[in-house]
Amino acid sequence: MAEKFDAIVVGAGPAGTACAYTLAKAGVSVLLLERGEYPGSKNVMGGVLYRKMMEDIIPGFYKEAPVERPIVEQRFMMLDEQSALTFSYKGLEWAEEPYNNFTVLRAKFDQWFADKAVQQGALLVNETVVLECIVENGKVVGVRTDRPDGEVFADVVVLADGVNSLLAKSLGFHKEFRPDEVALAVMEVLKLDRRIIEDRFNLEGDQGCTIEIFGDSTKGILGTAWLYTNKDSLNIGVGAMLSGLIKHKLKPHALLDYVKNHPMIRPYIQGSEQQEYLAHLIPEGGYRSMPKIVGNGVLVVGDAAQLVNAIHREGSNMAMTSGVLAAEAILEAKEAGDYSEKTLDTYRKKLLDSFVGQDLKKYQDATHHFERSPQYFERYISMMNRAASQMFTVDGSSKWEKQKKIWRDLGTAREKWKMARDLMQAWRVMK
Amino acid sequence: MLHIVACIKQVPDTKIIKMNPKTNTMDRSSAPAILNPYDAHAVEEAVRLKQRYGGTVSVLTMGPPPAVKAIRKCIEIGADEGYMITDRAFAGADTLATSYALTKALEKIAREKPIDLIICGKMTIDGDTGQVGPGIARRLDMPPLTSVKKVVEINKEQGYAIVHRKLEDGYEVIQSTLPCLFSVEKEINEVPYSPLPNMLRAARYQPVIWSVNDLEDVDRSLLGLKGSPTIVAKVWPPEKPKGGEKLQGSAREQVNRLMEILAEKKELFRAKEGRA
Repeated sequence: MAEKFDAIVVGAGPAGTACAYTLAKAGVSVLLLERGEYPGSKNVMGGVLYRKMMEDIIPGFYKEAPVERPIVEQRFMMLDEQSALTFSYKGLEWAEEPYNNFTVLRAKFDQWFADKAVQQGALLVNETVVLECIVENGKVVGVRTDRPDGEVFADVVVLADGVNSLLAKSLGFHKEFRPDEVALAVMEVLKLDRRIIEDRFNLEGDQGCTIEIFGDSTKGILGTAWLYTNKDSLNIGVGAMLSGLIKHKLKPHALLDYVKNHPMIRPYIQGSEQQEYLAHLIPEGGYRSMPKIVGNGVLVVGDAAQLVNAIHREGSNMAMTSGVLAAEAILEAKEAGDYSEKTLDTYRKKLLDSFVGQDLKKYQDATHHFERSPQYFERYISMMNRAASQMFTVDGSSKWEKQKKIWRDLGTAREKWKMARDLMQAWRVMK
Repeated sequence: MLHIVACIKQVPDTKIIKMNPKTNTMDRSSAPAILNPYDAHAVEEAVRLKQRYGGTVSVLTMGPPPAVKAIRKCIEIGADEGYMITDRAFAGADTLATSYALTKALEKIAREKPIDLIICGKMTIDGDTGQVGPGIARRLDMPPLTSVKKVVEINKEQGYAIVHRKLEDGYEVIQSTLPCLFSVEKEINEVPYSPLPNMLRAARYQPVIWSVNDLEDVDRSLLGLKGSPTIVAKVWPPEKPKGGEKLQGSAREQVNRLMEILAEKKELFRAKEGRA
């Protein structure tokens, strides 16, 4: 006789675990199914965890969770082939409680978070792949796993199975994503002595630094590279829209090698030793790509619901918030004894009203605009570098002359006009 | 109804473990802890015998508290109960002290429910000695059957077991009295993908945990580091094998060179002939 739970959550990433934690804490019987050897073993992100949404779930979590370094400086690098224009903000208000964000290693952090859900009473089963939802009379009533006697039932199933949510797809909630809706990210964890990290990145003690790198780091394709400091390792990675990689016939690992050997980046990572190599898809279609996320007896959360703000590199925080909101909707449904799509729809409404929905709406055109207009990453970033070089090189010519040269470098009148229009457009999609 | 106890151990995954280059010892933090692979086969064999003859499978381990995970893995495979002895007094034990502590726990288990058969893995992948199993058998005064690759029959009524023991060039068929102890080869079975109900049971399972005070008639001087006469005098990494020789030149030159090499090494072939 197959078991029945109040809820089954598929996938122990930030969204699934946040949901299972919230449900278990409220006394709901919840089964958390994870395909990896342990939670986090298959999960990838650049490495920044935002404090606020995690703290909404577990106050003061950073005192015991395996976080690497609180970020005190965020640098943004506009990269050309032989130069970089960098701006940064460093603030010591981020060096003390409650902090702003942290670098984390997902293999450690997700395991810790899932343990917390287990302590609340969630039942965690690893190394088990969910093959499909069991649907009866138009309602999801359980899941079928790849194990013998692998059926298990529940009043409600939460799909937190990540970017390529095969389960949501098989329910007809979304189609196969197009290459311009997903980015492919590859990343390495590089081991480096903590002293050297602190010296190279101008850090004191446990403080951390993040660098986002635009332009030549993706050979002009829409995307970004990043370099983050952990305790005694660095996360270096690059992600670019799949459509761009295909168009330029670029292999992501070749791009990462290019970034690692770039003269502006190489000195940061010199002498480090490769520890891990990871690759993952990131859903970057935004608001317009959001699939159906509520059905009879089923909810979709996190990456599976395409909840990523590509412009602000936010994803895990949105995932957690969606997990919590899904749990709250389930608690209401349990109270009412009704798990129909109509009742569970409070999840979708609350999600769209929250910062998650608001931010996705705000940037709904941004990725698409930059995807269609390669000149931002291909031309304008180099132009900014040349202008800076021109302005700061002291060669006896007057500053007036220099400004004239920079103006000439912007191209013909027609090109200047186009550039002005692009700037307006960029403002419009970002504002 | 048989009562079979499998003795298991949680070990670092030595396939990926890093060595500390200064001390030449294992850096245990560099690899995840897993159920010793040979022990998985021991538990699986116990579960198969239970399915064949009826009975109960218990597993026993000695280790730090996180070793509960290894016991849960055995529940996934199909074990019924798990026992763990954990105490600072056991720390630093060599195979002699380990087999003593496990024996004391086995005696306690047997007082509740007499044991017909003990099954161990051939050896652990972190120690590679294969001594603990026979050590337990000696202390419990039962026959140790090592390198078991097939269990032909267990007959509790008439008190015997028949097994195949792996030899270098074949196998031998052996009959032993019960109770006895097997240490098993990997080839004895394949550990299948566990059914979901076992996974759910394992996720909930809490083993019986004993400290040294829970065991009876224990001579503490025989436990842990104190009870371990083994002295590791020196640890060194194996010499790195030298790269082979790549033959170059025309086909004829390469063949000639190959013939020369074979002629130089002809002693190797003679030895083989002699044995055949």
